[in-house]
Amino acid sequence: MMPDLKDAAFLLIAGFTIVSAAGVAFSRKVLYSAFSLLGTLAGAAGFFILLSSDFIAVTQVLIYVGGILILIIFAVMLTNKIGDVKLTNQVVNYKVAVPISVALAIFLISTLTSGVWVEKDAPGASPYTSMVAPIGNALLKEYLLPFEVVSIVLLGALVGAMVIVRREVK
Amino acid sequence: MITLNSCLAVTAILFALGLYNVMTRKNAVGLLMGVELILNAASINFVAFSHFNGNHVGGNVFSLFLIVLAASEAAVALAIVVSIYKQFGTINADEADSLKG
Repeated sequence: MMPDLKDAAFLLIAGFTIVSAAGVAFSRKVLYSAFSLLGTLAGAAGFFILLSSDFIAVTQVLIYVGGILILIIFAVMLTNKIGDVKLTNQVVNYKVAVPISVALAIFLISTLTSGVWVEKDAPGASPYTSMVAPIGNALLKEYLLPFEVVSIVLLGALVGAMVIVRREVK
Repeated sequence: MITLNSCLAVTAILFALGLYNVMTRKNAVGLLMGVELILNAASINFVAFSHFNGNHVGGNVFSLFLIVLAASEAAVALAIVVSIYKQFGTINADEADSLKG
């Protein structure tokens, strides 16, 4: 029974993602938050696979898990005494933040799920088709200008990061 | 079971957790992790909408751009964090206040 398997995978990935996101939000130590973020990002990659966009899933694993998470862990290790809870991850504004977040979650879920979305099935008889070729075509046809602009943005951001953290040479 | 609505509910919870993280943390790296949660929720939403709209490629491409922008944002923000730590000896967002009048 394929549909049941897919539902089970969805529930498993959703639960895993939400639990590890809660770990990011509520953990007392910032290093534990960083490792919980690993679970959340991997869960998001699982979502992308379930939603049949394989290329985005691979990109998510490569860039987020391989790049951004390593960068965050490096920043944590460079800037803090890791074991010290008081120094690393203080929680402030607790009484304001909880009601706002809960109210926002309830509002978003009720609004989004009460709407009637028009759903179209994927074209073609095959249940799965790879998205790599359509994405490549789209990037080099109608999204060519944003693609080039984003490459310049990335270059500027990385050079700027180097300039910000380098040691001053007098 | 795996419908557009269930995906949207999961990402709404993810977004609210990220917002809670942004509102409660003092640590600048912790703040950045909350922003990453919010960006991931948005990215999953884009892919979900494009999947349930006949596997349209636009949402996938937008999610790709979002990942690239998140990477550059993380690089610059963490560089600023390290630089602030060298200057002030702390990365609590409320203590780097030398611009305060």
